[in-house]
Amino acid sequence: MTQPDTNPHDPSALLEPLPGHSSLGRLERILRRGEFAVTAELNPPDSANPHDVYERAAIFDGWVDGINAVDASGANAHMSSVGICALLTRMGYASILQISCRDKNRIAIQGDVLGASAMGVQNVLCLTGDGVQAGDQPGAKPVFDLDSMSLLETIRIMRDNSKFLSGRKLTSPPTVFLGAAINPFAPPHDFRPHRLAKKIAAGAQFVQSQYCYDVPMMRAYMQQVRDMGLDQECFVMCGVGPLASARTAKWMRSNVPGVHIPDHIIKRLEGAEDQKKEGKQLCIDIINEVKEIEGISGIHVMAYRQEEFVAEIVHDSGVLKGRRPWRKEPNPVDQMVAERMEEILEEPKHMLHEMAGAAGDADAQD
Amino acid sequence: MADEPTKPTQASLNKKAAQKTSYKPSGVSATGRKARSFAIRLWSVRHARTLEWFYAHFAELFLKLHPVWKAVGYERAEGPIKFIEKHAKGFLFDCRMCGQCALSSTGMSCPMNCPKQLRNGPCGGVRANGHCEVEPDMPCVWVQAWSGAQKMDGRDNILTVQKPVDQSLRETSSWLRVTATAAADREAALAEGAAQ
Repeated sequence: MTQPDTNPHDPSALLEPLPGHSSLGRLERILRRGEFAVTAELNPPDSANPHDVYERAAIFDGWVDGINAVDASGANAHMSSVGICALLTRMGYASILQISCRDKNRIAIQGDVLGASAMGVQNVLCLTGDGVQAGDQPGAKPVFDLDSMSLLETIRIMRDNSKFLSGRKLTSPPTVFLGAAINPFAPPHDFRPHRLAKKIAAGAQFVQSQYCYDVPMMRAYMQQVRDMGLDQECFVMCGVGPLASARTAKWMRSNVPGVHIPDHIIKRLEGAEDQKKEGKQLCIDIINEVKEIEGISGIHVMAYRQEEFVAEIVHDSGVLKGRRPWRKEPNPVDQMVAERMEEILEEPKHMLHEMAGAAGDADAQD
Repeated sequence: MADEPTKPTQASLNKKAAQKTSYKPSGVSATGRKARSFAIRLWSVRHARTLEWFYAHFAELFLKLHPVWKAVGYERAEGPIKFIEKHAKGFLFDCRMCGQCALSSTGMSCPMNCPKQLRNGPCGGVRANGHCEVEPDMPCVWVQAWSGAQKMDGRDNILTVQKPVDQSLRETSSWLRVTATAAADREAALAEGAAQ
């Protein structure tokens, strides 16, 4: 029971506030301690069954410091990120709530932030979101009322000034660790670090990058980021993920917005005997290169439909350096309740009408 | 080894199952963009410095005309000025009349032409050739904005974080609002000077 970052009173409850921390969550503590953090993306279920979420989260158990709940990624409808986060926090996992500006206006988003925070969500990732044309419902109305920058600023104002965007007061502000996304692999490349600076000015405390398959490009980006001193103001987590095959890689390159996969990666996959295994090895190799870049504070593993490999990837790349992230352990109270329930079930039952019947039978025999 | 066929996802199955509409005019855009040809818009970005210089003098002239606007009444001037503004800026920038013009801080490339209406920089979906993720034949307005801003004197304006758009100001004249605000500021400064 000697787990890091646990509330001594209740293992799945929020942590005690620490000075200099804006949230009560584990992810912020790990990053601020200077440890290399690992987060993973949960594949959102197309169902109304909470156990689908629990099962998908259990795969990551003990290997990641935070679980991203995507908000209708790629403009496909799935279980909402607020719902997933609420379920994850029930189990004690550190969840990262993704909010995209595509589907909700500022009224809905501010309400969701309060609701999620009330459910115990401590990390929020602010995204612009893919266009509706990318998903399964291209006829939907794109909202884009805020953009990722003004979304960050809105939530920062809610947290720090305890106010809505309109200026109306909040009685209890949401304590959240604010994140944003970066894509160092899309043009205009010389604007990208400035955009990160803008995001930090708007309130970003950590950023997760798009899939990194081009390490030299990431290195060049981080050089600019370090020159601007931005790595001191914000934790940069590099997005990585295994490619299932060369075919998937080609499909992703042409169909998923903002993914940049160089030709040599596809060649390497094509030349491999077992493409799936090679894809995993490639991901581990990229992590090993990326973790050495100065200013990178963690990795974000997006293993879409290959979630079972996350543990292996994290283990084989050795990014945790022997550290064991928080894992869900059976709550001793739950266990006591279960044992007591069994005891009660085993005990002979005192059913009054049966006893009365038995007594009646005994009387009749006399 | 041959490529494994990718497993169908629920989304791709849904896409296949969805009914195709029988008729859709060619070149229709989901985001209702204004232009088919981007030549004039791109010209404006290339001449961002000239336009910046021109607008600075133009705004000055408008402020000088403040007594006229006041005599006519800003409310009554709104109609004709809006008409001129809409068509002049519509021609040059494919203006969408958001009513809170940010052209001076976006390199003379109108950010409301972005299908996501981003006002703070490009999204992560920009294609490698600098075109838009949503409208593949349109050059990304933010890639243009960055190149336009490099030519301008106020090149650092692009680095300030813009407030979210006030949707209630749509279809109103940005020129008159800027003039009225500047005039009010000037009067406040004068009143303060007189009080001292």
